[in-house]
Amino acid sequence: MAADAPSARLELRGISKRYPTIVANDGVDLTVRVGEIHALIGENGAGKSTLMKIVYGVLRPDAGSIAWEGRKVTVNSPAAARQLGIGMVFQHFALFETLTVAENISLALDEKTTPAQLAPRIRSVADRYGLPVDPQRLVHSMSVGERQRVEIVRCLLQSPKLLIMDEPTSVLTPQAVAQLFETLRRLAAEGMSILYISHKLDEIRALCDTATVLRGGKVSGTANPRAESNASLARLMVGNDLRDASVQPHTLGEVRLEISNFSQTARDPFGTSLRGIDLAVRGGEIVGIAGVSGNGQKELLAALSGETLGAHSGSISLCGRRIDLDGAARRRELGLGFVPEERLGRGAVPPMSLADNALLTGAGAGMVRRGFVQRGAARAAARSTIAAFNVKAGSELSAAERLSGGNLQKFIVGREIRLAPKVLLVAQPTWGVDVGAAQLIHQALVALRDSGAAILLVSEELDELFSLCDRIAVIASGVLSPPQPRSHLSVEAVGLLMSSSVTGAPQAAHA
Amino acid sequence: MREWPWRLERRASPSGVMRIAAPLLAAFAMLATGLLVFAFLGKDPLNALQVFFVKPLDSAYGVGELLLKATPLALCGLGLALGFRANVWNIGAEGQLTLGAICGGGVALFCSAALGKFAIPVILLAGILGGAAWAAIPALLRTRFNTSEILVSLMLVYIAQLLLSFLLHGAWRDPEGFNFPQSKAFDDALILPVLIEGQRATLAFVLMLVLAVASWVFSSRLFAGFRMLVSGQAPAAAAYAGFSEPRNVWLALLLSGGAAGLAGVCEVIGPIGRLQTDISPGYGFAAIIVAFVGRLHPVGIVLAALLMSLLYLGGESVQLELQLPAAVTGLFQGLLLFYLLAADLFVRFRIAHVPRAVAVA
Amino acid sequence: MSSEFLIAIFTGTVVSATPLIYAALGELVAERAGVLNLGVEGMMLIGALAAFAVGVSTGSLWLGYLAAAIASMLMALLFGFLTITLQTNQVATGLALTLFGLGLSAFAGRPFTGMPIEGLHALRIPFCSDIPIVGPLLFRFDAAVYGSILIYLLIDRVLGRTRAGLQLRAVGESPAVAHALGQPVARTRYLAVMFGGAMSGIGGAYLSTAMTPMWVEGMSAGRGWIALALVVFATWKPLRVLLGAYLFGGVTILQLNAQGLGVHVPSEILSMLPYAATIIVLVIICRDPKTILLNQPASLGKSFHPDA
Repeated sequence: MAADAPSARLELRGISKRYPTIVANDGVDLTVRVGEIHALIGENGAGKSTLMKIVYGVLRPDAGSIAWEGRKVTVNSPAAARQLGIGMVFQHFALFETLTVAENISLALDEKTTPAQLAPRIRSVADRYGLPVDPQRLVHSMSVGERQRVEIVRCLLQSPKLLIMDEPTSVLTPQAVAQLFETLRRLAAEGMSILYISHKLDEIRALCDTATVLRGGKVSGTANPRAESNASLARLMVGNDLRDASVQPHTLGEVRLEISNFSQTARDPFGTSLRGIDLAVRGGEIVGIAGVSGNGQKELLAALSGETLGAHSGSISLCGRRIDLDGAARRRELGLGFVPEERLGRGAVPPMSLADNALLTGAGAGMVRRGFVQRGAARAAARSTIAAFNVKAGSELSAAERLSGGNLQKFIVGREIRLAPKVLLVAQPTWGVDVGAAQLIHQALVALRDSGAAILLVSEELDELFSLCDRIAVIASGVLSPPQPRSHLSVEAVGLLMSSSVTGAPQAAHA
Repeated sequence: MREWPWRLERRASPSGVMRIAAPLLAAFAMLATGLLVFAFLGKDPLNALQVFFVKPLDSAYGVGELLLKATPLALCGLGLALGFRANVWNIGAEGQLTLGAICGGGVALFCSAALGKFAIPVILLAGILGGAAWAAIPALLRTRFNTSEILVSLMLVYIAQLLLSFLLHGAWRDPEGFNFPQSKAFDDALILPVLIEGQRATLAFVLMLVLAVASWVFSSRLFAGFRMLVSGQAPAAAAYAGFSEPRNVWLALLLSGGAAGLAGVCEVIGPIGRLQTDISPGYGFAAIIVAFVGRLHPVGIVLAALLMSLLYLGGESVQLELQLPAAVTGLFQGLLLFYLLAADLFVRFRIAHVPRAVAVA
Repeated sequence: MSSEFLIAIFTGTVVSATPLIYAALGELVAERAGVLNLGVEGMMLIGALAAFAVGVSTGSLWLGYLAAAIASMLMALLFGFLTITLQTNQVATGLALTLFGLGLSAFAGRPFTGMPIEGLHALRIPFCSDIPIVGPLLFRFDAAVYGSILIYLLIDRVLGRTRAGLQLRAVGESPAVAHALGQPVARTRYLAVMFGGAMSGIGGAYLSTAMTPMWVEGMSAGRGWIALALVVFATWKPLRVLLGAYLFGGVTILQLNAQGLGVHVPSEILSMLPYAATIIVLVIICRDPKTILLNQPASLGKSFHPDA
């Protein structure tokens, strides 16, 4: 380290953290300087969140040391981290839905101030940094972008010297991302250190001064993002070049899934109602639905899969046959497959074996006869899925919860594909999945499409949508935009659609 | 807890060994505590333990009593376990048992003449249906009105007992019974035959074993059983798979209600021989403990029912021999369940040694 | 119907409601922190026995109430240890607590069955107690009745307006978030559960030292379960607990006085009223799933493991 470089604010040396099934961090070194925006890059599951939880005192490392402004420290708790001057904006916001902004912030601060006393301070910080928030609003009524602003304001109220942002843009529209970056640049110019965790290479190259890359829990390299290309950074993240799923020309079949003017009020008071959804998916194509989470994707998928029956208007048809009054099991019998967003607890039963999990959706495929379970058939189905999809598991009798995220996702995708569905619904197929598994899943989806099935892909990853889909639509506030061919769209255009407000008019600045 | 060198660490997968060992550990801990309790009461602990646990079984009659009491415990326990596996908490087995006794007893009192040799089967059926009908109320209220079956089935216990009392103080009272709240004794032809002369265990014990086998087949071989298990372990997955939650709730409550009803009717046309206000020393509640200690598995439940039955007999035994209150049974039952829940911890967690964070220069 | 009769109905309602108020408010605090303690019935019985036993042995009812609060608090501590630290299933453990409380109180209460005790006296408040009509109506209750109102005011204030109350509510909403913010989730839950236990104990104590001054095995007769139902009926709001308790007290008193009111229904059927009423109010509240979603503490009944 040169003597005239800015001094180190935070220094991690040799940090390690182990869990029964995985080594999350293995001898990690990291240095963040004063006034620096430092990126921590890695694929999902590379260990970034764990490392940050250690820095913030939520977890204790098994080995290694932390130095703050030159002194060795142990961070025993988030309160201790805050006292040092470390603030953290979590990936999954640490907010209480049924409380107001002021109440939430009051809880998060260490000083014993009441929400009423905090309101003026909240307003002044918000104005100063261009992050409008209303202290009296209940959190559950706020959009995701607004909630993130609350999180940032909360951190700023404690005048931190280091601000950690954990995957901040995974829930933002492109316009909101630009606004966030401006705020962060302003803070860094004032001397704050920012540790920016992400796996989005474009953003990092636009924003950050330095980058440390994690792979499989270890540091695989450091770089100056501005001097690198996406490909070179990706190589550090992944170890080899990313390959795009091959997109061959293919023929379209008849309409397999038709949603006509479908509306349904949300059951959950915090949910999103669906309004006038129109969509047709043909055999041999993949239609994507983009959108920031919380805009009706969950509700739409549950309505399509048959998990949410009940009052609605409009219709859903599978291969010309109305299914909106049928339950999930019946729809599956008719040829509808579904890979849900949640693996453990919804797509699979955690304590049950893979064979039993094959049975979960396999009743119509010979695994149940006259009400009796055919264990042999279920085990064979599980075995063939494991083999075809390269699932790393002890055997078909291993419990689902013992598999890593990527392997379980491969199993679930494989299980559904194996049932030869006429229409496959897929939600966030590669979330939290290692790159190798993600590639395999993408290839399997393309293969399924090429065999004539219709696929509806709901994802927050624009990269994934643009690489797989033939047409893309955007859902915002429960309303679906008409799908456009991929070649007619750009990331910016999709971003604008994603930021549509309730009135339906796209808004440039607000999230 | 932060500064201790030990901490609870989740296991990679639940320990099968501990799953079987936990009830044994719990029983052992209960015995150990029992020694302390008896000592505290001023009795020689080992002698008291022997009077409690061994003496009741030292005759053929005693073994018969063991089987006799184990029968309603296991019948209720088998039904409840089905429900618990499906996350359906039927706490009102005691009330369903009572309704089974009322319905079966009612048929025995008023319709037996017309039924001839079909009397006993019809009486048993009436008992089953009575218990199932009483359990249908919480089923309906949960599936139609989202109301917790725990509180509803519990309230119905009190209502059932009041109903029985009402009948026995009024229309069903034995006119020659000296104004006691009890019905006429049932005809001998309507009483369940005992298994072996000289002891009181009846045909009901065999029925219970049949039910245990049926319960095992249901849970492990039938898709309906699989659906209920998924519903209990991962409700979102059950919805995803299209398993109807209302159907599972109905099935769980009707089956457990029917089993409890069968237990009730077998008691009144068995050892009791008539309807009276006191037909069960809390079998419906003790069966909850039986279900847990038996790991929700038919084999375990039968064994646990035998243990629980022994606890009842032991209470009576120490009351006779050592002038201790019979309520010591309830104490042991509660302790057993507590210890089991504590021992269960080690199925999912284990104690791990935490190395201190090592500073690296 | 004479005015004395009406006054008696009213005061009887208040007396009948008082144990429910203590137990239900205590359970409300525990549930707002996310812990479902089904052991209220067992803790009430232990409290009833402790108060009676200590009251009879020492002659001091205050000591009796103190003993009741401590005894039930210890039981709640045991429950807390199992569910919060050892992460056992809250429903099963609560049931275990009730069964244990039933068994222990029946066992330890043997010697006290049939013993006489002098119950709580009505307070005589100078001047107020002698006002015609209003005096006998409002100012001649025993100390525990006024205590129940004070407890309500205290809980309402603390939960709604203080930081400690906010923290407790936050833990009940989302222990994971609270933990990430550095709040002591386990400690908060322990304190909430123990408070709930102490309240259940006092509620039980009222049964054996004021309402019907005696000890009988199982004398709570399901009031602990009714208290649990009251918390749901009140959608976890203290004022509604109070009102619900008075409603139930009223139902109980009317049922006991039915003959006096000219209603000729068999007593057993009348005795069913409180239990049937409990079922009905539960259905009314739970019918609309939104009511529960918006009011029930989101983490109720779920265990929380920090290192997950």
